[in-house]
Formats: sequence, C-alpha cells, structure tokens
Amino acid sequence: MSTEQGLRASDLAIRFGERPILRGISARFDKGQVIAIVGPNGAGKSTLLACLAGLLKPDAGAAILDGTPVAALPGRARARRIAFLAQTPEIAWDVDIRAFVGLGRTPHLGAFGPSDGDRAAIDAAIAAAGLEAFVDRPITRMSGGERARALIARALAGETDWLLADEPLTGLDPGHALDALALFRRMAHDQGKGVIVTLHDLNLAARFADRVLVLSDGALAIDAAPEIALAPEILSDVYGVLIRRHAGEIGPLIEVLGRVG
Amino acid sequence: MKSAKSPWMVCGVLAALLVVLFGVSLCAGRVWTPWSAWISHGQDPRWAIVFGLRLPRTILAILVGGALGLSGAALQGYTRNPLADPGALGVSAAAALGAVLTLYLGAAGEAHWILPLAAMVGAGVGVAVLLSLAGITSSIVTFILAGFIIQTVCGAAIALALNLAPNPWAVNEIVNWLLGSLADRSVEEVKLAAPGVVAGGLLLLTLGRSLDALTLGEQGARSLGVDLSRTRLLMAVGVAMAVGSSVAVTGVISFVGLITPHLLRPLLGSKPSAVLLPSFLGGAALTLAADVLVRMTPAASEIKLSVAMAALGGPFFLAMLISMRRRLA
Repeated sequence: MSTEQGLRASDLAIRFGERPILRGISARFDKGQVIAIVGPNGAGKSTLLACLAGLLKPDAGAAILDGTPVAALPGRARARRIAFLAQTPEIAWDVDIRAFVGLGRTPHLGAFGPSDGDRAAIDAAIAAAGLEAFVDRPITRMSGGERARALIARALAGETDWLLADEPLTGLDPGHALDALALFRRMAHDQGKGVIVTLHDLNLAARFADRVLVLSDGALAIDAAPEIALAPEILSDVYGVLIRRHAGEIGPLIEVLGRVG
Repeated sequence: MKSAKSPWMVCGVLAALLVVLFGVSLCAGRVWTPWSAWISHGQDPRWAIVFGLRLPRTILAILVGGALGLSGAALQGYTRNPLADPGALGVSAAAALGAVLTLYLGAAGEAHWILPLAAMVGAGVGVAVLLSLAGITSSIVTFILAGFIIQTVCGAAIALALNLAPNPWAVNEIVNWLLGSLADRSVEEVKLAAPGVVAGGLLLLTLGRSLDALTLGEQGARSLGVDLSRTRLLMAVGVAMAVGSSVAVTGVISFVGLITPHLLRPLLGSKPSAVLLPSFLGGAALTLAADVLVRMTPAASEIKLSVAMAALGGPFFLAMLISMRRRLA
C-alpha cells in the first residue's frame, strides 16, 4: 500500500450531457495550505470541488485521498475527513444556530446522541465563527453574513482534516470576508488542515492563498504560487479582460480595466 | 420557537394525555361505563362493551393515529415540505386502492392477512412513485402535484372498481370501508394492524439523523455521510408498513399526519428528529380524542371519524395556506 498523503485529482473528467465540464484535471493538494481555485463562471470550479469531496462521480479519473479513491470510502468515513461547504446551501428548517452547527457532527454521532466531545466541538466551532451571541437565534432570522458564518461553523464542527468550500465569501462584507479567510489560514497553518476554496475575488486569492489553481473551460490553465498564477497575461487570457497589476499598500493589487477588444 | 422544550418532557406530557384519553375512551360512548363496570369480571353486561368493543377501538385509535402522525412527520422531514401528509400525498389512497382490489376480487375473504398486505403493497407503490416523481427536487409544488396525480389515479381506479363491482354487497362493503372509521373494530383488527404499525414506526424512528442532515439539502446530507438511497428505501418501507396497515383496518383518515407535527413544532423546534416520536404520541392522542367526540355526537348514525377529521383538517389547511401566503408575499 502506498504511503501517499494528501488529496489528489487524477485526470478528472466529467461531462453533463454532451457538454464537457472538466477535461482531465490532475493536481495535488497538501495539508497545511490554503489553496484557491479561481476561474470564470462555468470554468468547472464547483464541479472540481464536488468531485474532490466525493459528491460527484467523475466519468473518468478519480479523486484520491491518502492513496484511496474518495469514491471508495464509505459515506460516514469520508464525511469525517472531508467537510464540504456548498455554494448555495439549502436550509430547509428554521432551526437555531446551535442545532444547525451541530449538524456538522452527524458523521461522528454515536448511538446515544451527542457526546461531551461533540458538544465541545460545536462550542469551538461557534466560537471560531464568532457566533456566541446567536446560539439560540433561528437561522432564518439571521442576516446573509451571519448565515454564511453559521455555514462555516457547521463545516468546522466536523473537525475534518479537509475543508472544501465553494464560494464561502458570498454575502460577506469586507470585514467578515477577511475574518473568514484569516480563519481558513489559521486552520491550514496552525492546525495543519487542508483548505481548498473557490473564489471570485482575485485580490483576496492573491493575498490569502498559498497556492492558486486557475481553471479555464474545464482545464487547468496554471497551478502555482499566487504571484505566478495570477499574472496579468494569464488572467487576461482566461477571463477575457484587460488586467493590470499594481503595487498596492499590502501587496500586489489586481485591477480589472475592461473587456478585451 | 425560540426555546425548544426538552423532547422527553413533551413526550411525557403527551403520554400522560394519552393515558387520560385512554381512560375516557373506555368510559365514553352511547353507554357510559363507569369504573365499577370494568372490574366486574363479566358480572355487569357493560363489561363486554368495555373489553369487547371499546378496548380494541381505543388501541386501534392509538396505533392508527400514531402511525399517521409519525408518517406525516417523517414525510415532512424527508421532503422538507411542511404540507406533506400521507393522505394529501396520495399514499393513503394508494393503500386504499390495494385494499379495494382485494375486496373487489373477493380475495380478502381467502385469508385475513391478504387485505392488509395488499394495502401495504399499495402504500409502498404510492410512496415509491411519489419519491421518484418528486425525489430529485424538494420543491413543494412538485410534491403536491405528484401527490395529486397519485391521488387522482388511485381515486379513479377505486371508482372503476365500484363501477364494475359484481354485486351491490361488494359496493356496500367497499364504500363502508372507504369511509375511514374506527367503529365496530375488534381484537382481530388490532392484531392485523399492530405488527405493521410497530415495525414501520420503529423503522421511521431510526431515520431521525438522516432527516436532520437533510436540513442542508440532498448534497449537504451526502457531504455529511448520509446514504440517501438507504434513507429513501427505509422511508418508503416504513411509511408503507405503517400507513398501509392503518388504512387496511380503518380506511382513509386524512390530516392527522399534516396537523400533528405542526402543533408540536412550536414546542419542540423544527429539527425533524425532534418531532418524530412526539408525532406518534400526538397523532395517537388527536385521533383518540376525535374518536371519543365522534362517539358522543348525538346523531342517528355515528359520524365517521374520517369525516370529523376532514372537518377539522380542512380549516387547519386553510389557515396554513393563508399564513404561508402572507410569508411569501
């Protein structure tokens, strides 16, 4: 048995009907890093993430976690190792925040309901997302930003090695977006977890990611450190916009000038 | 909805209510049977009323009401749709069709278990069709439409059976049975219904966690490690057994499954697992209370329980519709 560590996409390909969404993507993801996946709408970011999380079955290739295909893991075992945060999550019932965050413990629960360990993990997740004041509040009465934080806390509560988050910053104001990214960095750098996020904001990707994957039309355009992957030539090509990179206050600033042509 | 009471406390209160109703149910009816008649060991003729008629009827009300309440709560959790109900979604109609076919073909007389089995198969087919018609989405509209289709088709098939019935007695038998009621049921009916209700109910009670995880939608539930095809199968089998064996002995009684979880959510919160067991107890209490009232109504012939339930459920449904419209507006 191989002693391979980490999460790997091996020649992942998937099509929805006639339309290819991913055209053979291979990439390695290591723990201890925040890895951003960027690319235009429809480039296949969400699909790639769902394949890595074992929620979509690729037509060819495989997602491989520590040497084992993710698809071969039993659901519960997989859920204890990979937390997935959907882009437009459904919230069907008006449960309070504590119960909602507690859903993240589902794969850990024993036969007799939540243990002390489960409760401690829920408390820690609520604290990490700064939701202590809202524990009894029904989730439908939270603002968009508070709800986004509750979703992140739900994913944290599972205490997984991997967090795969699809557009987790949607609906967050700049302050809370920074908080969330700082939280992801702490998870990766201090706790040694692997964090993979899809992002639309290129400046936040440049500032917070250790590595950036740029997807273009279902293929991997580049997989490199942010300063290399987010070069203006590459981005102009992939997004079809004119881009200039300035020296900003705290790092490079990516400015979108307009459409190409 | 803010502070959810302990589920065990609510269960305890409901159980106590059920015990009280149990006692009232044994006493109440055309003939009032006081406690002294119960302990007369056959000396008092009213003893036969208590143990031959009212005891089986009471137990049956608890079993059937519980099965319907629990099935409603489970269906609402699975579909994430607060309007789900075995009656409204056509599952009861499908069970009734299965049972009517055995009555029509005369097979019900062959062996006592044929009718409940046919009702369970009918309910199973109904749930399977429902989940496959609407399973991919959780849209309220798709579910209601799918239920409407099942209800219409099954209703038409039942009407056809009546239409083609070989003799007026068969028609009479079918119609009488279709009008859901608990009147004149004996220990035999209890024996027929109990296994399916208990087994199906226990199956549904195991689904709490999967239903909770479905709060996050199908993808969310799968990302939490829930095996949805297994959940769907257990759900279909559980509802089929519980509803099928209930319909087999009492005919179609609607609205219990719709109303009960709604009355309990303000006490227990909206988490699907929190309302499952209380919905069994609550559905049992509601049905038993309704049956006691039905027995007490001064009418030439007893009002059917299904009619009384519909009279209660219709306005309830209306009130819900109005409040949902207000929320959407």
